[in-house]
Amino acid sequence: MTNEALKEKILQLSPAVSFEEGGQWLTIIVTPAAWHSLAAQLRNDKALFFNFLFCLTCIDWKTHLTMVYHLESVQFRHNIVIKSKLDAADPSIATVSDIWQTANFHEREVYEMFGVNFINHPDLRLLILPDGWENKRPLLKNFEDPVNMIKL
Amino acid sequence: MVEEIGRTADGNIIINVGPQHPATHGVLHLVITINGETIIKVEPHLGYIHRSIEKMCESLTYRQFIYVTSRMDYLSSHINNHACALCVENGLQVEVPARAQVIRVLMDELTRIASHELWWGAMAMDLGAFTPFFHAFRERETINDIMEETCGARLTMNYMVPGGVMQDIHPNFQQRVKDFIKLYKSKISEYDELVTGNIIFQNRMKGVGYLSPEDAVSFGVSGPPARGSGVSCDTRKTYPYEIYNQLQFEEILETEGDSFARYMVRIREMNQSIKIIEQLIDNIPEGDFQAKTKAVLKLPKGEFLQKVETARGQFGVYIVSEGGTTPYRIKFRSPGFSNLSALDHMARGSKLGDLVAMMGTLDLVIPDIDR
Repeated sequence: MTNEALKEKILQLSPAVSFEEGGQWLTIIVTPAAWHSLAAQLRNDKALFFNFLFCLTCIDWKTHLTMVYHLESVQFRHNIVIKSKLDAADPSIATVSDIWQTANFHEREVYEMFGVNFINHPDLRLLILPDGWENKRPLLKNFEDPVNMIKL
Repeated sequence: MVEEIGRTADGNIIINVGPQHPATHGVLHLVITINGETIIKVEPHLGYIHRSIEKMCESLTYRQFIYVTSRMDYLSSHINNHACALCVENGLQVEVPARAQVIRVLMDELTRIASHELWWGAMAMDLGAFTPFFHAFRERETINDIMEETCGARLTMNYMVPGGVMQDIHPNFQQRVKDFIKLYKSKISEYDELVTGNIIFQNRMKGVGYLSPEDAVSFGVSGPPARGSGVSCDTRKTYPYEIYNQLQFEEILETEGDSFARYMVRIREMNQSIKIIEQLIDNIPEGDFQAKTKAVLKLPKGEFLQKVETARGQFGVYIVSEGGTTPYRIKFRSPGFSNLSALDHMARGSKLGDLVAMMGTLDLVIPDIDR
């Protein structure tokens, strides 16, 4: 499907979403509260069928966090990007690990690196960081660590 | 995190494989729950070689950060560098000279063969056959020598830069690659005689670690493990970059979804890489090997994503730029990380001894997973 067709189709599914212009692919902005139901629709709709979650990550904008999801349909070869703005004080969003199983590991990584709380995640604990790094959030911009120097 | 040594409440035994274990090929730690010999659960513990490359890149310029990516998937360092160079070029709108494009693809495919050779030797060694390792390294060393001559390095190449390649190919390059192709073709039948056709090997691989196409897609599995399940996902075909859309080669698909299918995908993929190299080696266009770029690169404000096909699967570079000389945020989507997440699902219900075959055919490179 072309970007215009995708846009039309997604607006039918969820009229509340907005779009961001200028990206490589169609970029959809969704509120954290609406994300899980939209995700299920994107995955299960027969014409969209976004069954491959290529990547899931987070960006720290200092005033807020943004979750970014790159979705792809292996059958139809169309791509979209989903963005969701999270509150910096209490970042939380519903898990999508029940829709795409790969999200399980990726969300654990975002949890330990950015402190995003994934609601209903089956196993939300440290994955890469060792014990004792709970609540440190090393990929946040305000993180300083004089012992393990990572700023060059 | 590893207080769980001993027995669970329902009588299952918990054992640790790694972080230092010959079959993990690096520092990967698996906590495995078994009932008798049957695997109940596999839980990977990562991070033993985590260097926080993503954070490091936030303070490196667009010329510098490429060197760090050679240290992620060190068996696909050319292809990692290639992805980063393409992503920066995409942001800068730089036209890469034809000569550089051909050299890049040649290097990518040589890397793919070298990586699969190493995998083949190591995989056979995991299953108890030591000889194939030496056979694989005989050919792999030839590729490393070719790389060393042109790039000055054997493992962390850092050869591809925004705009082209670091320096022109060595005068001997074409002849040595042709010699390698001749050597490879004379030796590849040994691989099948030694391992592929071996009945013991086949018994240990067939039907082991089944992964359905639906699960492969859901777990984000890409590369040979996904193609072994019949999922068409070769980025060189689906989202062609560089000159791959002008080349004749096939995407290898097997439909069985077991370890043997994944094994066969890699073996057959090497032949396709040879085919690509043969098409290009006599047709390297004359001209510049690098486009003229500014000394200090500044990407415009925006987001850039580049997918490439490494030897292990889809590798993605996601750059968020605020218009400065360093990336605001960078994310490396490494194929190994997603492929590993399917291991638990694949291993449940099979025998402990088969875990080695499954890990072998996933072709895990730990620095690629931890980043």
